Amino acid sequence: MLRYLIKRIGYMLLTLFLIATVTFFLMKLLPGTPLSAADKLSPEQQAIVLEKYGLNDPIPVQYVRYMSGLLKGDLGVSFAFDNTPVTKILMDRLGPSALLGFQAVIVGAIVGILLGLISSVFHNGIIDYTSTIIAVLGTSIPSFIFAGLLQYLFAVKLEIFPVALWGEPKHAILPTLALAITPMATCARFIRTEMVEVLNSQFILTARAKGLSEVAVVFRHGLRNALIPLVTIIGPMVVSLMTGSMVIEKIFAIPGIGEQFVDSVYVNDYPTIMGTTLLYASGFIVVLLIIDILYGIIDPRIRIGGGGK
Amino acid sequence: MTKLLEVKDLTISFNTYNGEVQAVRGVSFDLNEGETLAIVGESGSGKSVTSTAIMGLLPKSNAIVKSGQILYQGEDLLKKSPKEMQKIRGQEISMVFQDPMTSLNPTMKIGKQIAEVIIKHQNVSRNEAYERTVELLREVGIPNPEQRIKEYPHQFSGGMRQRVVIAMALACNPKILICDEPTTALDVTIQAQILELMKDIQKRTNTAIIFITHDLGVVANVADRVAVMYAGKVVETGTVDDIFYDPRHPYTWGLLGSMPTPDSKEEQLYAIPGTPPDMLNPPKGDAFAPRNQFAMEIDTVMEPPMFKVSDTHYAATWLLHPNAPKVEMPESVKRRIQGIGKLRKKGGIKI
Repeated sequence: MLRYLIKRIGYMLLTLFLIATVTFFLMKLLPGTPLSAADKLSPEQQAIVLEKYGLNDPIPVQYVRYMSGLLKGDLGVSFAFDNTPVTKILMDRLGPSALLGFQAVIVGAIVGILLGLISSVFHNGIIDYTSTIIAVLGTSIPSFIFAGLLQYLFAVKLEIFPVALWGEPKHAILPTLALAITPMATCARFIRTEMVEVLNSQFILTARAKGLSEVAVVFRHGLRNALIPLVTIIGPMVVSLMTGSMVIEKIFAIPGIGEQFVDSVYVNDYPTIMGTTLLYASGFIVVLLIIDILYGIIDPRIRIGGGGK
Repeated sequence: MTKLLEVKDLTISFNTYNGEVQAVRGVSFDLNEGETLAIVGESGSGKSVTSTAIMGLLPKSNAIVKSGQILYQGEDLLKKSPKEMQKIRGQEISMVFQDPMTSLNPTMKIGKQIAEVIIKHQNVSRNEAYERTVELLREVGIPNPEQRIKEYPHQFSGGMRQRVVIAMALACNPKILICDEPTTALDVTIQAQILELMKDIQKRTNTAIIFITHDLGVVANVADRVAVMYAGKVVETGTVDDIFYDPRHPYTWGLLGSMPTPDSKEEQLYAIPGTPPDMLNPPKGDAFAPRNQFAMEIDTVMEPPMFKVSDTHYAATWLLHPNAPKVEMPESVKRRIQGIGKLRKKGGIKI
């Protein structure tokens, strides 16, 4: 297991290195410079600024400089925010995004799994059709439309929750619901399909033949086997939601990472682009590792690193 | 001998997109305490459906029991509520399925899978249930059971898994054990071991066994009585000697004729011509008539009733009618029966 982990972490670092390299050169291919929008500066002033940030050096030199900074854990300073370190920007903005994403996945997964479970148990009945319709609506309606509806209903009409902004727990409720709709629909459809298949398998018949109650059959024998493949899709979902949703953050005026990322691309804020990309990438890589380890725990047929027989 | 189970005129259909499939059409048989009844027939003859009905596990969505009774100790299982059936399943009647590779839950330790039956049906503590589980696994011949209860199904071979499934079925000392082709998915040496195990268990526990199979070698080896099924009906029933030495139904002749014995290597293996009838529209009269070289006109008009051959032996063929012409069983079947007889004298057919 330890050997496996070390090997995996080695590969993860290699992946990160490759992603950093590719992103760096792609970013340099973007038209314009960080000063494209700064018309107020005279050419002389611009030259001074470019010199100060080392942007006049050949690109390979800049690359080596950035990578050696990265090795020391230094993501550089933002061009757009008065020399604020990128690390600080990301840290400040990660909080709201991560919290929202986490809540959305939890809510979405729980509701989705329940819907899918009910569908599969009452396979091809009215309840199944109803929950399938809910799931299809959830997949087809974009989250920003749902966000607008929620704002209109709960904030404007009923005045239960604030329309937007961030700070108190009540601010998080509407954006969480809006974000949860996609994972909910995905989980519902996935679990339904998996459960219908599992409930038709031979070992479920064996469980029934043992005289177990229907609840024990569905939950103890069925659900666990249906949940295993769900882990694969839920992991990346967690990452993409926790690292911020550009649209939802914009609609609810939430100071998250998604919004930040778009802005920094507009103004060619190189260090922030790099920082955000690396954050996404490391998030995905770490989650994929966690999923692989989780698989070994929840599915006894898979034991990582030759631990099994 | 007391009757433990009586199936009377059981008729089961399945609703499908193409129409009503008449899977079981008036099946009757009974099972006495401590005996082994083999139900023999080709695929689609209704043998598995009958056993599933006894367990109360027919799919609710499309199976209909049209008529009949399944009397277990005098009570009709078809009239029991789902809750009452749960108490009977696993405790009074239990079942071993065909494929041990798929009939165990892949994500649950086998100890738990067995102990869960005991905990469900008997008023015992967890520890007692696990002690009993270890004991059961030892009884079915799994070495080192204390260790193995902590393992998962994928860590067992096919034969070992079937032993686990058998241990699970026997966990609560059921009165009836239904085995639905329990050796079909296993290779031949393992088949023999599993059959030995089942005979041994029956000697010790006196459990009545319904053994569903299409393998006549297995039947000769384990059964006390045999019911031959064709197209959803029992066409011949008798003791194992009746069926193997004095078969009366042309379908049974066909089955025996198509069973290879060591003497038969020179001969071409006999195959029953034609295909089984379409159960969406079962033929009028005797369902076997189109494949029967001895079929008479009446076979296409009227279904034959069960004719009595002896107190233990009945067959549903018009050939047994007093007015029917005298028909001898084919020579090749006779030779085959002699071959089987020799084998059995040598100490049973080892498949």
